[in-house]
Amino acid sequence: MAAEPSAPLLEVRDLRVEIPTRRGVLVAVDGVSFHIDEGEVLGVVGESGAGKSLTGAAIIGLLEPPGRVAGGRILLEGRRIDDLDAESMRRLRGRRIGMIFQDPLTSLNPLYTVGRQLVETILTHTELTPGQARERAIGLLAEVGIPSAAERFDHYPHQFSGGMRQRVVIALALCANPRLVIADEPTTALDVSIQAQIIALLKRLCREHGTAVMLITHDMGVIAETADRVAVMYAGRIVEIGPVREVIKAARHPYTIGLMGSIPLVGHDVERLAQIDGAMPRLDEIPEGCAFHPRCPHAGARCRRERPERIRLGDSEVACWHAGELEGAGALTAGRRRREGEAAARAAERPPPLVELRDLARHFDVSAPFLTRLFSREGRKILRAVDGVSLTIPKGRTFSLVGESGCGKSTVARLAVGLYRPTRGTILFDGQDYAKLDSHAAMAPVRRRLQMIFQDPYASLNPRWRVAEIVAEPIRAHGLARDRGEIRDRVRALLRQVGLSEADERKYPHEFSGGQRQRISIARALASRPEFLVCDEPTSALDVSVQAQILNLMRDLQRELGLTYLFISHNLAVVYYISDYVGVMYLGRLVEWAEARSLFARPQHPYTRMLLDTIPDLEMTGRRRAPVAGEVPSPISPPPGCAFHPRCPLADGRCRGERPEPLPRAGGGEVACHAVEEGRLPEHAPRPLPAREDAD
Amino acid sequence: MIGFVLRRLLQSVLVMLTVALIAFGLFRYVGDPINNLVGQDTSAIEREQLRKKLGLDDPFVVQFARFVKNAARGDFGISYRHRRPVAELIVERLPATLELSIVAALLALLVGVPMGVYTGLHRDGFLSRTFMTLSLVGVSLPTFLIGILLILLFGVVLRWLPTFGRGEVVAIGWWTTGLLTASGLKALIMPAVTLALFQMTLIMRLVRAEMLEVLRTDYIKFARARGLSNRAIHFGHALKNTLVPVITITGLQLGSIIAFAIITESVFQWPGMGLLFIQAINEVDIPVMAAYLVMIAFFFVVINLAVDLLYYLVDPRLRVDREQAAGHG
Amino acid sequence: MAERVGRPAPRGLLGRILDSDLFYSFSRSPVTVLAALVTAVMMGAAAFAPWVAPHRPFDLATLDLLDAFLPPAWMPDGDPRYLLGTDDQGRDVLSTIIYGARVSLLVGFAAVFLAMFLGVALGLVSGYMGGTVDAVIMRIADVQLSFPTILIALLIDGVARGLLPRDLHEEMAIYVLIFAIGVSGWVQYARTVRGSTLVEKRKEYVQAAQVIGIRPWVIMLRHVLPNVMGPVLVIGTIHLAIAIITEATLSFLGVGVPATQPSLGTLIRIGNDFLFSGEWWITIFPGAALAILVLSVNLLGDWLRDALNPKLR
Repeated sequence: MAAEPSAPLLEVRDLRVEIPTRRGVLVAVDGVSFHIDEGEVLGVVGESGAGKSLTGAAIIGLLEPPGRVAGGRILLEGRRIDDLDAESMRRLRGRRIGMIFQDPLTSLNPLYTVGRQLVETILTHTELTPGQARERAIGLLAEVGIPSAAERFDHYPHQFSGGMRQRVVIALALCANPRLVIADEPTTALDVSIQAQIIALLKRLCREHGTAVMLITHDMGVIAETADRVAVMYAGRIVEIGPVREVIKAARHPYTIGLMGSIPLVGHDVERLAQIDGAMPRLDEIPEGCAFHPRCPHAGARCRRERPERIRLGDSEVACWHAGELEGAGALTAGRRRREGEAAARAAERPPPLVELRDLARHFDVSAPFLTRLFSREGRKILRAVDGVSLTIPKGRTFSLVGESGCGKSTVARLAVGLYRPTRGTILFDGQDYAKLDSHAAMAPVRRRLQMIFQDPYASLNPRWRVAEIVAEPIRAHGLARDRGEIRDRVRALLRQVGLSEADERKYPHEFSGGQRQRISIARALASRPEFLVCDEPTSALDVSVQAQILNLMRDLQRELGLTYLFISHNLAVVYYISDYVGVMYLGRLVEWAEARSLFARPQHPYTRMLLDTIPDLEMTGRRRAPVAGEVPSPISPPPGCAFHPRCPLADGRCRGERPEPLPRAGGGEVACHAVEEGRLPEHAPRPLPAREDAD
Repeated sequence: MIGFVLRRLLQSVLVMLTVALIAFGLFRYVGDPINNLVGQDTSAIEREQLRKKLGLDDPFVVQFARFVKNAARGDFGISYRHRRPVAELIVERLPATLELSIVAALLALLVGVPMGVYTGLHRDGFLSRTFMTLSLVGVSLPTFLIGILLILLFGVVLRWLPTFGRGEVVAIGWWTTGLLTASGLKALIMPAVTLALFQMTLIMRLVRAEMLEVLRTDYIKFARARGLSNRAIHFGHALKNTLVPVITITGLQLGSIIAFAIITESVFQWPGMGLLFIQAINEVDIPVMAAYLVMIAFFFVVINLAVDLLYYLVDPRLRVDREQAAGHG
Repeated sequence: MAERVGRPAPRGLLGRILDSDLFYSFSRSPVTVLAALVTAVMMGAAAFAPWVAPHRPFDLATLDLLDAFLPPAWMPDGDPRYLLGTDDQGRDVLSTIIYGARVSLLVGFAAVFLAMFLGVALGLVSGYMGGTVDAVIMRIADVQLSFPTILIALLIDGVARGLLPRDLHEEMAIYVLIFAIGVSGWVQYARTVRGSTLVEKRKEYVQAAQVIGIRPWVIMLRHVLPNVMGPVLVIGTIHLAIAIITEATLSFLGVGVPATQPSLGTLIRIGNDFLFSGEWWITIFPGAALAILVLSVNLLGDWLRDALNPKLR
């Protein structure tokens, strides 16, 4: 490869990607220029619709029709590749540029063994013999951390767990030693503990092989951990690009500044998150001038008229007319007002309990059909999704449940609102055990007082109903209004309350963005004037800036209406921001719960500690973290004794045999761990908590 | 594996029993079996005796058990019209129907699958569009009309091919075959094409739809991103995944060929079971109807079992022990 | 510079229809427009047969055996009064086709609605309730699926013949036919609706309604049903084509509608007897009419399926 020594590995100049539609040509990527050096990790970050994935697809030549590269140049090692014919481009893929996709569960062909898929790829790009290719494949599997690789070589994808499959995908992407890997949201579909493992693996492999990475993600934390430089995209353009530390700690573009401020951070007690109003424009509504101006607090006449070009500021380049004037330093932490006083006051107060779960359990029978069971001599399979959870939520407070997928947190949420009936245990709402109520009529009065907000704003609203009908449904169902006029007034008041306009009542859900839909969902939940809201991952499908809007709204509503929340999330920083109490679940059980600040500052259960160690170091303090090991086992056959013992560094004989019961914990709350009880707990790496040192 | 096969087997037995129940219900309750067996001049006492002799007064369960037992041995009683044992009639006509169906099935598969793959891979090509249009015309022409048009063209106008019957047949034991004589083969062409055409278009459209579906999957995208050749992607990765659902539905389709043969046999006066069945319906010859029903169900069950086993071989997800497969989630 | 391609959504029902993606894809496909036109014309002619048909083919008083076996008007010996010629009884072929299409379409539509009603109801209940109800309905569907439509329809017809007196059967033939084709077609709807119901049921808007305390059957009808009807429409259109073919086939086999009330299939069967003696028009024109009708409906169904499938866009 005779490349000029000075040429960067990849250079993209003025890239433009268009998607022709019946209503006109959409410009999804517009004038994007950047380069990646040998062995460098460039993070590309942006919210959904920013055009980051399309940029990646354009580089590797896999844009889905009708999308097309309509302008600009892409140079790999100094040579143009955007005008190559299909066959030459195919030879480049895998050999010079590799790609990793988001979902490891669907990225592998289910009908072939992973070994076959590896060997096939190696043989396509190298001169190796099949025997040598096999050797190499097994070596790669071992290198990406798959235990007993030689044996696993002949296994099919479905025999691997999600995390292991993503390792196989990485092995496949790297097997012909490409110089550049485009990783498109490589960790988004994974659990937090596996995310941390995969990021560490990717970093190590690329360092060892000298491979450059274009890391496309919406997660600033992943970027902070991994990237050398970062490009921030908005509405198809790069608004800011520079060294990762500079962009994160001293952002200059108003969008980046707002984005940084809207990310909740563990250890920062704030009243409200910084909020960028509105949402990213749809591709057919990109505004004139600076695309960000409708949401920008600094927008002037020029911003509305003229599109800013990127200018150099320090080591970064920023596309903003006001770039030089804005003080970006501390964007991450600036504007985060302390809520010390309020937090202390809330902690001191002891309101009466509103909801109490006692020894709650829900089992699902997931057995194979009877005959299969009979012939393969296996017993019934009981999935103990929730197995003995007890917790108390005081009135007007937020109790959050965190844990990885399969831990049962969502099942608890559904039990709490009566979507599932408990297998065992009681749910006391205001002193009344409503899990035992079985007639529809008897449940109605309780139902009115509890409501739920769901995860997916696209699925939680009936697409065939108008907003007015959606929001009015609980009012009608519970007979809370006398006539149509009253219903209409109530619906309008609700829409205003959640930050929508009255005119929105005539629209259908598809006319709204994700954040607006979540507001409609909240309006519906509030319509029956409930006291208790169960929120199941309400912001995890939303972009960061929109997440901040919704979290702020939820907090405001709690203050105004005295609502009690049960909040389910896998995002620890979100939980830290919103919660008064936090419970950690693992395989159907609550392993530790405490007042939020106490739990985050002094985690005791080894699993809690492990989870906290997976939080990306967005503040780039260089904090050392314990490596995260293993994956969540199947909840169908959980390990005996303490379910966490196979992953626990402190496990001993007792842990393997005896299940720990929750015991009072130092600092309040409870923890279920033999090591804690016996005092075998080592000191945990100190966290900068509760954030006294950044008292600005 | 054993559990899987046994479960399927048990399901098949259940299906057969259900069908037998329907057939028995037909036989017993549609029209009076006695009236159909004896003449007008038979006395009431004689009728009563016959009723006793045939066990028509026994409890339902006993009668049904007897019916199933007899059916399992191939005994379906006496045809009302032909006055001969139904089993004999069926055995006589079975070879004609099976030969026609198998030739048609092979034709449908051998032409339908490649055409489906081609149109799936070259979605917007000229040839694909032509195939798709032709297939839609094929689906829209009723089988009997196709038969009539073929007869008109090749039988009446051009006089190339015989318009009815099986031609000369050779007996091999109880089996008679038309595959060994020139006139038999000539006679087979039009009926086989007529019968195959509809299934062919269905199979082609199915393969195409599945192929398009598979080509959109992430693992095909990932295979492209690894730079595998188009050939490897299309015929290695995509085709095999396409086969999984195609096998099931194709199996069902081929099974229905035997039933669709009713129409073809009727158009071409092909002396098979279908023709027998149509005559039976017109003359309310219940034992023949019942026997035909059970026969068809039997073929279906056998084909379904074969399809399930094939499925099992193609898809490793079914083969591997569930224990290992258990992920989390 | 980014083009501004957004424009305000039009108001009013008609405006929305004309602006919809569905109408756009319709107007962009000339074949589909033609198919819709042909379907509309044939359905219109069939519906208004007494006013549209040039003759009254089943009014014995107007028939003249001297007019029998006349070839189409443009052939030698053709009679300009009978555009497509006459059959063995001197009936105008064009008029018999128009009346025949009326019977064919009547049976087709009625059978489709029966199958749709049964299938959607059972599929919805099966998918939403699950458990034993689901198992029972789906096992029945499985067994029925083991038998091709045509066989089940034949069987139902055979049973009806056995149970009903002969003259009554003649009279009831058309209802028996509708029942037979309808009942033999419900499985497809049920399976599709069950599948979509399972998907919709897991969606959070259904759970939201459950949390609110809406009763299950209200959720089924008000929330789930409207969201599973898209595929049902597609199946319904394609099923209409299949039902017309099935009716024609049954009538051709002689177990369908009686000759006194002929459908297109009956006409083809009647004409088939004269095929060898050269009077091809008695068979070919009804056959062509049937093929064109079915092809048009199939084309519409095909387009609808692609247009409603967002993945193909």
